This record gives sequence, C-alpha cells and structure tokens, in this order.
Amino acid sequence: MSPQLAAYTTSTGEAFQFWVLGTVAVIGALSTVFMKKAVHSALSLAGTMIVLAVFYLANGAYFLGIVQIVVYTGAIMMLFLFVVMLVGVTAADSLKETIKGQRWLALLCGVGFGVLLLAGIANASLKDFAGTGQANANGNVQGLAALIFTKYVFAFEITGALLITAAIGAMVLTHRERTERPRTQRELSEQRVRDGKHLPPLPAPGVYARHNAVDIAGLLPDGTPSELTVSKTLRDRGQMRDVSAEALGDLRALEQRSEERLERTPVEPAHFKRSEEASK
Amino acid sequence: MENLIALLIAAPLLGAAVLLVGGRRLDAVGQWIGTLLSTTSFVFGVILFVDLLGRNTDDRTLIQHLYTWVPVAGFQADVTFRLDQLSMTFVLLITGVGSLIHLYSVGYMEHDERRRRFFGYLNLFLAAMLLLVLADNYLLLYVGWEGVGLASYLLIGFWQHKPSAATAAKKAFLVNRVGDMGLSIAIMLMFTTFGTFAFGPVLSHATDASEGRLTAIGLMLLLAACGKSAQVPLQSWLGDAMEGPTPVSALIHAATMVTAGVYLIVRSGAIFNAAPDAQLVVTVVGAVTLLFGAIVGCAKDDIKKALAGSTMSQIGYMVLAAGLGPIGYVFAIMHLVTHGFFKAGLFLGAGSVMHGMNDEVDMRRYGGLRKYMPVTFITFGLGYLAIIGFPGLSGFFSKDKIIEAAFAKGGTEGWILGTCALVGAAITAFYMTRVMLMTFFGEKRWQPDEHGHEPHPHESPKVMTIPMIVLAVGSVFAGGFFSIGDRFLHWLEPITGHSEGDSPISAGVVTGATMVCLIIGVGIAYLQYGRRPVPAVAPRGSLLTRAARRDLLQDDFNHVVLVRGGEHLTRSLVYVDHTLVDGVVNGTAAGFGGLSGRLRKLQNGYARSYAVSMFGGAALLVAATLLMRAV
Amino acid sequence: MNPVYYLYLAALLFTIGATGVLIRRNAIVVFMCIELMLNACNLAFVVFSRMHGNLDGQIIAFFTMVVAAAEVVVGLAIIVSLFRTRHSASVDDASLMKL
Repeated sequence: MSPQLAAYTTSTGEAFQFWVLGTVAVIGALSTVFMKKAVHSALSLAGTMIVLAVFYLANGAYFLGIVQIVVYTGAIMMLFLFVVMLVGVTAADSLKETIKGQRWLALLCGVGFGVLLLAGIANASLKDFAGTGQANANGNVQGLAALIFTKYVFAFEITGALLITAAIGAMVLTHRERTERPRTQRELSEQRVRDGKHLPPLPAPGVYARHNAVDIAGLLPDGTPSELTVSKTLRDRGQMRDVSAEALGDLRALEQRSEERLERTPVEPAHFKRSEEASK
Repeated sequence: MENLIALLIAAPLLGAAVLLVGGRRLDAVGQWIGTLLSTTSFVFGVILFVDLLGRNTDDRTLIQHLYTWVPVAGFQADVTFRLDQLSMTFVLLITGVGSLIHLYSVGYMEHDERRRRFFGYLNLFLAAMLLLVLADNYLLLYVGWEGVGLASYLLIGFWQHKPSAATAAKKAFLVNRVGDMGLSIAIMLMFTTFGTFAFGPVLSHATDASEGRLTAIGLMLLLAACGKSAQVPLQSWLGDAMEGPTPVSALIHAATMVTAGVYLIVRSGAIFNAAPDAQLVVTVVGAVTLLFGAIVGCAKDDIKKALAGSTMSQIGYMVLAAGLGPIGYVFAIMHLVTHGFFKAGLFLGAGSVMHGMNDEVDMRRYGGLRKYMPVTFITFGLGYLAIIGFPGLSGFFSKDKIIEAAFAKGGTEGWILGTCALVGAAITAFYMTRVMLMTFFGEKRWQPDEHGHEPHPHESPKVMTIPMIVLAVGSVFAGGFFSIGDRFLHWLEPITGHSEGDSPISAGVVTGATMVCLIIGVGIAYLQYGRRPVPAVAPRGSLLTRAARRDLLQDDFNHVVLVRGGEHLTRSLVYVDHTLVDGVVNGTAAGFGGLSGRLRKLQNGYARSYAVSMFGGAALLVAATLLMRAV
Repeated sequence: MNPVYYLYLAALLFTIGATGVLIRRNAIVVFMCIELMLNACNLAFVVFSRMHGNLDGQIIAFFTMVVAAAEVVVGLAIIVSLFRTRHSASVDDASLMKL
C-alpha cells in the first residue's frame, strides 16, 4: 500500500479495532455518567481512558499513548479513587433531580450541541490525511522533544509554574491550621477519668464470637452486640454487621442438644443453620 | 494729604478690633478707647476739611489708591478712596455726631456689663459707614454697605437676652438683605453696561448707555436705598430697630445707616439724571414714605417709636428731594445734615428721659418733666423747634427749600409732590408737638412699676447732657449758617450740579404756606393734648389711628403677601417635587427594582444551573460558526 | 475506514461528558466527567496531528494533560475541604451565592 493511500484509509485491522474498542469507550463514558456509585463511575472512566490510550497508539502518538496509561489511568484515576474512598465508597448518589427543569435543559443542550458538532465535522472536508509517518521518522519521542524544547519552550516552562502553583494550592486548601495547643496524653487521660467515661482500652471487635472482621461487633455476655467494639467511621457509614442473632441461635441449639442427650423431651426439628458446627 | 483718608477709616476700625479682641482686660477703659478713636477720626476729618477749603473749587477731589483688590484681566477692583465735597460732608457728620453719641453712651451705658463690646460695635459701625461714603467704586461701597448692615444687626440686637431685640435685629438684617440684592444687581448691571464700576468712568459715561438700562440700574439702586433708608416698601424694620439701646437709635437715625440710601442716590445722580422714569419713582417713594412715617408717628405712644416714624418721614423728604434731580440734590444733603443734628439731639433727649424714668418709654406715663430735667427739656425743645421748621432754626431752612424744590419740579407732578410735602410739614408739626406736650407738659402721670419702684425723674450726668447741648446748638444754627449766602450750595454744587427749576409759585408764597401748615399742626396738637388731660390708657381711636398704631399694617401686609405667599409657593413646589420629580425618580428606581427582582430568580446559586447556561451559550456559538460558514 | 470517525467518537465522548457535568450532583463524578471531556479533546488533537502530518497536535494534547493534572490536584483538594466543612460532596449544597 502506497503512503498516499495510507493517508486517508486505514487498514482493516485498525477499522476492526476502532469499531470494537470505540463501542467499549462509549459504553464506558455512558456508565461514568449513569452509574449510581462514584467508584463504579471511576472504574468505567478508567476503562474508557485505556481505550483512548490504544487509539492514541493507533494514531501514531506513541508517547501520548503510554503517558495516558501511566499518568491518567495510573496516577489521576488512582487519585480519584483515593478521594472517593475518603468521602465514602458506599455513599450512593440519588439520581433524583432537585433543580426544576435541569435535566431536560441539560439533555436539550447536550443533544443540540452534539448534533451541531457532528454536523460540523461532517460538513468539513476532512479527506486529506497526511499521516504521521513522515513526522515520526526519527522517532515519536525525539520529535516531540525537539518541538517542546524549541517551539513550545515558553509554554512548557509556564506549565511547570502551573504545576507548582497547583501543588501549593492543594496544600493550602487541605492544610488545617491548628489554633490551639494540642492536649497531651496526660491531660487526655485525666480528662477521661474526670468524666467517668470508659477507662481501659476499647474492646476489640469479634470478642466472644468466631469472627474477627473489623465490621462485626463484639458480643456482650448476654449476647447483644456492643457498638464500642467497631470503628466510629464504620458505624457512621452504617457498615456494621450484626451477628448477635447467630450466637443466640447457637446457644439455643446447644441447649436442645443436651436435652436430647438427657432424653427429656422429644426432638424438635432443628431450624438453625449452624447446628452441626455448634456440635463440634 | 491724600494719605490721611485711609486713617479716617483705620481709626474706628482699629478701635473695633482692639475692643472686640482685647477681652476683659479692657472692660474698664473700653468706652474711652472707643470714644477717643472716633474723635481721632473726627479730628482727621476736620484737618482734611480745612485742607479742602484751602483749595480751588475744581481741585477739591482727593483720591487715595491703597492697593488693587481684585487684579483680574477685564475685572479690576481697587481699594481706592475718594474724598470730595459730598464725602467730606458725610465724613464730618458721621464722625462728629458719631463722636458725640460715643460720649453720650459713656454715661448711658455706664451700668451695662457688656459695655466694651458695645463700643467695639459702635466703632465698627462708624468704620463701615466711612468706608461706604469714601469708596471710589461701587464694589468697595458695597463692602461698606454690608458692614453697616452687619453692625446694625449687632447693635439692634445688642440686648440679645430680650427675644424682641433678637427678632428686631433679625428683621432689620433680612429686610436690608432685600435692598442689598438690589445693590448687587445694580453693580452687575453697571459692569455689563460700562465694563467697570468705578465712580469716575460710570458717572461720566452714564449718558452713553441706553435709557432702559439706566432706568433698570436706577430702580435697583432705589431698591437698595429703600432697604437702608427704610423707605416704603422696605420700611418695616425701622420701628422694631428701637429695641436697641437709645444711642444706637440715634446713630442709626441721625448720622449713619438711614442716610446711606440718600447718599447712594445723590452719588449716582448722573445715572438718575439720565433716567427720568427712575427719578419719578424715587420722588413717589419719597412722598409716600414721608406721609407714611408722619402718620405712624402720630399714633405711637412709645417715644422712641414716635421719633422713628419721624425719621422715616424726614428721610422721605430727602429721598423726595434727591428724586427731583439737580433741583433737589443739594437740599437733600442739607436737610440730611440738619436732620442729623436735631434728630440726634431728639433721640439723645429721649434717651435722657428714659434714663431718668427707669427705662419707661410710654409717653402716657410721662408728663410735667420740664421741671425735673431742665437741660433735657431745653435741648429737646430746640430740636423740636428745628424739626417742625420754626423760622430761623435749621429745619426751617432745609425743609422749606425741599418744599420749594418740589413745586419747582413743575407741572402736575410738582403740584402733587409739593402738596404732599406741605401736608407732611403740617403732620410733622402735629406729632412733634404731641410728643413735646405729652412728655414735658401737663400733669405727672408716672406710676410705680411692677416691682413697686416709683420713678424719680432726674437730670442726666454731664457726660450725657454735653453732647445734647452741642447738638442743640447745631440744631439751632446749622441751617442758618448753611443758607446765608448759599454757602452749602456753593460747596456741593461742583459735585451734584444745581438748577433752579421753574416754580409756579414764588418762594415767599411757599414759605407762607409752610408757616400756615405749621400753625395748623401745632394748633390741633395743642387743642388735643395741651388743653385736655392725657388719658393714661390710650383710647380706642378711629380706624386710621388703630391702623397707624400697627404701623399702617405694614407687618400684616408683609405677613399676608410675602410670608403666606411664600409658604404657599413653597408648599406647591414641595408638592410638585414630591409627586412629579420624586415620582419620576422613584418610579424609575421601582421599575428597575422590580425588573431586578425578576432577573434575580435566574441566580439560584446552583453551579449546575450556571453550567447549563454556559453550555447553551457554547452550543449557540457553534451554531453561529456553522451558520457563518454556510453563508 | 476514514480516520475522521475518530473525530465523531471524540465529539460523542465530549457531549456525553458535558451532559454528565450538568446532570450529576456528586462533585467527584462531575470532575470525572470533566476529565472525560478533556480526554475527548485530546483524542481530537491526536487525530488532527495525524491529519496534518506534524506533531504539534500531540504537543497540545500533552499540555492539556499537564493542565488536567494540575486541575485535578486543586479540584480534589477543594472537594476534600468542602466535604470536611459541609459533610457532603454534592455541588448543590454549595449554593450560598444567592439571596
């Protein structure tokens, strides 16, 4: 195939790749918008970005393709996930609209804009593709470097300043100034004694139970769960699992089994799931 | 010699500054400082007078250029003084009579705590008046004019603890302000007409301007003169000005203030000569005022107010004479000078009577005082004879000349004005005889005041009687001295000019008629007040009497026409302002407010709403771009 | 296949991202949608680079990435401090700029 022809047609392989991965990208984009949980949105977006990285590579932008995977998918999306976790991974977004007419206006604008954009592209005569073969002759990275450090050197320096500014800005925004002297451990313990609150360390989760997961409350001697044993963050998020019913069930099964052995009353049908386990 | 002119003004001005700034240290000697400095000014005046007499008739104008006040291109105001025969006459009258009044005040104000300040104000008054008559241009004259207004305000309201005095001072100041406006407009008109306001160029080129313009200037000058000289229609302040201490009344009525208007008209004679219509108005104002003042004077029981009415009437004579043009200018000034003597004497006499009667002013509480205060009686009596025009005394010569001049105006106007003047002379004789009889003759009618103090009438101390004696001598001899050989006429003629006019009746007939009027007036008064006892409470009297007691309803007229009218005008303007002007303004504001209230709903605070607007805008931009490409 | 289809894809992704910004209330998701729009632009730039046969388009895309990184850093910091003070990541809760 002559280079001239390669300019405005692509190989069958690339066409196949475009249609398959393009569908994936659109689906990813749509699920970014419509997924209820922010985590799912983030994962969908990461998928779309990887597809875009492949497209960059297909278009001859080898450096950008790798950077897209390393920086975007690797760093920025992980930053997103980190903030999502900080804010609360399970906090689901209500999709009910609160501003009157907002959704309809948004859809109208979106459809109108998209149609206009597509019409614009279709209207433009974009038949002539020169291809990147010539430009990438000495290697893509070398070509970019030559441009960045000559033609775009000022813009490059300014982006450096921009990044530093952004870093400082982020620190200023999230840094909390301490306005009072932090209380020492001694003062804190004296305070606790004076208030008559819980003095010894808080009980660990899962005590008296066969679970040691952090989201399962430990049981008190009467079998009720103690909220003190679970981290406050999990309690606030409502992610505490209650297994107290199981323990009580086990106890009842044990009693029944001993009755049987003593042949006091006829055996009642066991309706507790873990009867065998309790008998071991 | 010229350099002495500024000292004339500087002496009393220095006195005012020292006395008003000096503070309590000068309380003990303040009255003597004031008197000394005013006398100093008089001495300078005499020196200059002697110098003028020694010069040729054509060479008697002295000019002293002190400095240039406003040096702007096309508008130059100099502080320049002009001393000529007219100014000289005024300087001698002001400083001479003024010094005598100073001396009298030393006795009269002996017990007043704020005496030092009083003398400071008196000196300020003299300085302002001297500046007025010595100025060489109308703008500087205006400064003196305003200074006189200020000083009169301070002096009339000197006993400011009395609300009536404070009100009277305010009234005098406000009424004067109306006149001042006339003077300022006249000065502006002069500047636009002649390009200057110095006496020399304005008066020598007066005939170059159009008659309409000159009439306008003349009428504005007349308005100014009406304010200062208490002529109808701006006469209302004069009676109330009696609230001031009696020496102030004497100063205002005899030597200063009220004479300023006459001076202004005579000084601007060239303008009036070229504007006959303005002159006619001047004579009408003078004639009306002389009758008005005389009628008011007849009805007043307050001795000072009766004298105030008399002043108004006599100034009316002068204005009438000044309005007659060259026929009358000299006689206006001559009457002004003789009036300065006898009216000052009369006021000082009245002050002396009050001084001996516990400040009682009601003549119905006087009576038979000639036995108790002989010097006052004799000096007052000589002043009385002078003012009614008793043959041989000052008033006889000057008033007779004015009546003659009024007839000499010629035509119907001459007859009317002359008759007015004659009737005025008769009424003058009546009310002055009334004052004389009620005060010094008949039974004693005084009673204890509210504190039970019986007045003990007594003669005033020497420091008060000496000025009265001097003034009485002036009242007797000044007229004769001026008239014999037409001395005064020859003295003033180079400045004012003179013409004889053509009198339809001879001078002898006029004098005879005047005498007849005089006898009629005195006779009626004697019949009413000399033959019968004077009731202690004023009888109700006829409609005219009651109106005259209320100053011929001048205040009612002012209240109804000016105050009420002003109130109505203001109220309607306020209404227009509230409904129309404020309506437009507030309506616009309310319209924008309502519009903003509706537009504000777009700003709901939700970032996403704003984002929709941005996105819609971007879509419109794309659409526009495509549209432009398609076109 | 004509490479112009890449441009259609970029326009589609951009529109989806913009609509997402308008519809979603969770600030983090809004941010992700903005990233999606930026990436769509990047794709367009890369395709333009291929069209013109030079590397300038790729340079622009590279700068876009840098700017996006800076924006993400600041934006996420804002979201974190917003969440700290208001205990919510909803963009509608930060609506005090009205009467």
